[in-house]
Amino acid sequence: MPTYTFAVNGKTVTVEAPADMPLLWVLRDKLGVTGPKYGCGIDVCKACTSHLDGEAVNPCVVPVSEAAGRKVTTIEGLADGDTLHPVQEAWLEEDVAQCGYCQPGQIMAAVALLRKNRNPTDAEIDAIQNVCRCGTYFRIREAIKRAAAKM
Amino acid sequence: MGSPTKTAAEHDDGAVGRRRFLTFLVAAPTLTLATTNLAPDGIGTAAAEAGVPGLPQPADIMDLGDVLILAGTPTAHLLVLEVTEDGEAHFELPRAEVGQGITTAVAMLVAEELDLPLSKVRVRLADARPELLMNQLTGGSNTIRSVYGPVRRTAAAARARLVAAASTRWDLSPDRLVTRDGAVVAPDGRTASYGSLTGLAATLPLPGLTVKPKPESEHTLVGTPTSRIDARAMVTGTMRYTLDLDVAGAKPTMVRRPPTINGTVRSVNNETAVRAMPGVIDLAVVPTGVAVMAETFGQALDAKDALDVTWNDGTVDALSDADIRKRLRAAALPFVVPPLLTRHVDAEFDFAFVSHAPLETNSAIADVRDDRAEIWAGLKSAIVAKQTIAAAIGLPEDRVTVHVRQSGGSFGRRLFFDGALEAAQISKAMARPVKLMWSRIDDMRHGRARPATHHKIRATYALGQVLTYEHRVAAVETDFRHGLGEILTATAARLPVAGNLSFAQTVFLTTVKVPYDFGVVTELLNEVPLKMHTASWRSVYSANTRGAEEILVDELAKRMGKDPVAFRRAFLKTDRQRRVLDKVAAAGNWGRTMPAGFAQGVGFHDEYKSCTACLVEIDARDPGKPRVVRAVIAADVGRPINPRGLEAQLLGGLTDAISTTLRAGLHIDRGLPLEGSYSQFHYARQKDSPTDVRIFIMPADGEPGGAGELGVPAAVGAIANAYARATGTSPRSFPINFDVDFTPFPR
Repeated sequence: MPTYTFAVNGKTVTVEAPADMPLLWVLRDKLGVTGPKYGCGIDVCKACTSHLDGEAVNPCVVPVSEAAGRKVTTIEGLADGDTLHPVQEAWLEEDVAQCGYCQPGQIMAAVALLRKNRNPTDAEIDAIQNVCRCGTYFRIREAIKRAAAKM
Repeated sequence: MGSPTKTAAEHDDGAVGRRRFLTFLVAAPTLTLATTNLAPDGIGTAAAEAGVPGLPQPADIMDLGDVLILAGTPTAHLLVLEVTEDGEAHFELPRAEVGQGITTAVAMLVAEELDLPLSKVRVRLADARPELLMNQLTGGSNTIRSVYGPVRRTAAAARARLVAAASTRWDLSPDRLVTRDGAVVAPDGRTASYGSLTGLAATLPLPGLTVKPKPESEHTLVGTPTSRIDARAMVTGTMRYTLDLDVAGAKPTMVRRPPTINGTVRSVNNETAVRAMPGVIDLAVVPTGVAVMAETFGQALDAKDALDVTWNDGTVDALSDADIRKRLRAAALPFVVPPLLTRHVDAEFDFAFVSHAPLETNSAIADVRDDRAEIWAGLKSAIVAKQTIAAAIGLPEDRVTVHVRQSGGSFGRRLFFDGALEAAQISKAMARPVKLMWSRIDDMRHGRARPATHHKIRATYALGQVLTYEHRVAAVETDFRHGLGEILTATAARLPVAGNLSFAQTVFLTTVKVPYDFGVVTELLNEVPLKMHTASWRSVYSANTRGAEEILVDELAKRMGKDPVAFRRAFLKTDRQRRVLDKVAAAGNWGRTMPAGFAQGVGFHDEYKSCTACLVEIDARDPGKPRVVRAVIAADVGRPINPRGLEAQLLGGLTDAISTTLRAGLHIDRGLPLEGSYSQFHYARQKDSPTDVRIFIMPADGEPGGAGELGVPAAVGAIANAYARATGTSPRSFPINFDVDFTPFPR
């Protein structure tokens, strides 16, 4: 079986896995990185949203071979030690989460959006497709605006 | 009275004995329990001038929450609270946290009563505790209503014991001592931390100790907006859901399921080939399908998809939506009042099946051995889960430990424990620990759903009065075979003759009521038992039943020449209800001029001793792609514990209503839902959500009412009414836009 080496949240890892194994299962089942969640497995619910070299991706449809030599950031790698990322802070200030299951993906999607667009409009926030089954969307929107103001 | 089998300390850090100083079970005096408030709420007070008052409906006198509180009363004080040596309070909550914020609200109650900072209160979910009988069910918007008194009295007892300990140590009368910030304080300024007192407090004989919770007027934390206690874990990814647990040896497992609901395995045709696939560890046929265990979920998923299975028929193979609709129409009971002598409004409504679709799919970990078993899952009826699983795997009940895990949503889904039962069966069959995950497609197609319903409503009116109001609900059976959360009532609900149907009638009668003085009111349910997987879905019968009624109320107002808000105002039964309606009308600027294609709509709902009004504005310029752009909600829940969490619940209810009214439902086609993921089941996304939401919580006045389900029905009415006005149509079938706009996944 081939091996792949890449960085996860700043640490270099090497895993043995079939080339087409989705990164989500490499992270969760082989590396014990459980922040990215399974919700659909087909890039629809976006609960696993993480970053590959800073771009939002959905590891449920990214083969592990694509991660080789690159930097994977999951929700666990967003804060700087105990210092939260401004988007995480905004999430706490708006008390966004209910069940919390989709929120790692929502936060990673918001961080990626704000990286490209420091002051997104409502229409640009609408483009985030991550499902929140608890229906926290309005608080997500407010938190993104709050984070934009901080950053 | 026995001791709890497990304690917080044993679970959290393995320390037992010496560190566990103040674990006690409080049996409150019977007189204290008598405070349960069963007085009808607002009946007969401030009757509307315009309406014809009718007899109170059953739910006016006793609602489902009252029933659950009564059922739980004998064990309501078997609550475990521990004050640790480091001055923390650990509370074991015998309920399931699934996002509704009950752990935070309960932590606030404990902190308030103990005069302890909130950060020093920890709440964990109790394992299944059969001695709690009917007091470990999470449903009916009942958690806060049922624990508000018992938690405060338990914490008050702890505080009284800590004060008594300080009083003994200092030889001062306890009434000269006060508690502040996790310590007892003497008049001369000496302080003793709770942690330093807990050992003594646990051993003092205090036969004459009187316990009285703080007067509500002295609450400083309860009633103030507070953030979730677990929010940081959630935003940093450290929150551990069931499948994030690392249970030794438990390997990823998935199940290949039949092409129709309740189909069973006839034969597995390629077992050898699948066993040889990369990563595959084991395979077993179980009652629900073929289970495959692998090193990773990715491999388990590939292996289950590669299985070639011949299936036996399911239980509803021939059924499709058209057949179900026909049966529901035939099942709706006839009206009593002929529309001969008065003017009348008649209307019929249909609602589709709706998946619960919590984002965390059905999942569980099970470790079944010859002589014992251990289960981890999100469970809203943990006791009956434990009892049923024990029977299914042939172990005595006390050899099965069931851990309740905080989970990723429920909306009624986790009242049932089919995932945990299935995991236990697989673990027994494979003789290995199992980490079971349902695929999203299976969760939507073989999981549970809110049943389809059909509604016939007739109202007669004359001289500005509504004289009669009849509502006939025909529904596919809602499964209540979880009973009240333990085996006795679950068995009653499973009785072949009328068991579940009788249960359903009671739930219907104790939840659904008309908040208006509409003369002679009858609301009747008739259920069609179909062998499908259903369950209560947030607000159970009320979302559809009351939603349809709020649509009819608008049509009635129009016929009688009244504005929808003025009409409701005139016919609502109490001033409390009118204040809530007035709030949204004023804050939402009711009646303002809207551009073409836009409109306002309003809805009202009263349930579980709470009431709410919702005003929305919709953009329906394209009737096929409507969007609720603005919402104003007001709620009176009697006594809000955490207004911030309550607002979150109302926001969630609004999003549920947007989804199910406009786009989200399941099509049943030859024994199986067509929808298999969120690309097909159109639960709202950010683009469907309003950009302006304002929520108003009315000031505290009385006991807490139910709140978790409250938000849905009023919002359903408001959205449908706004859509009707914006488009000039009369929506009758929900969701309104419900085309099969996708290619279904293979069966």
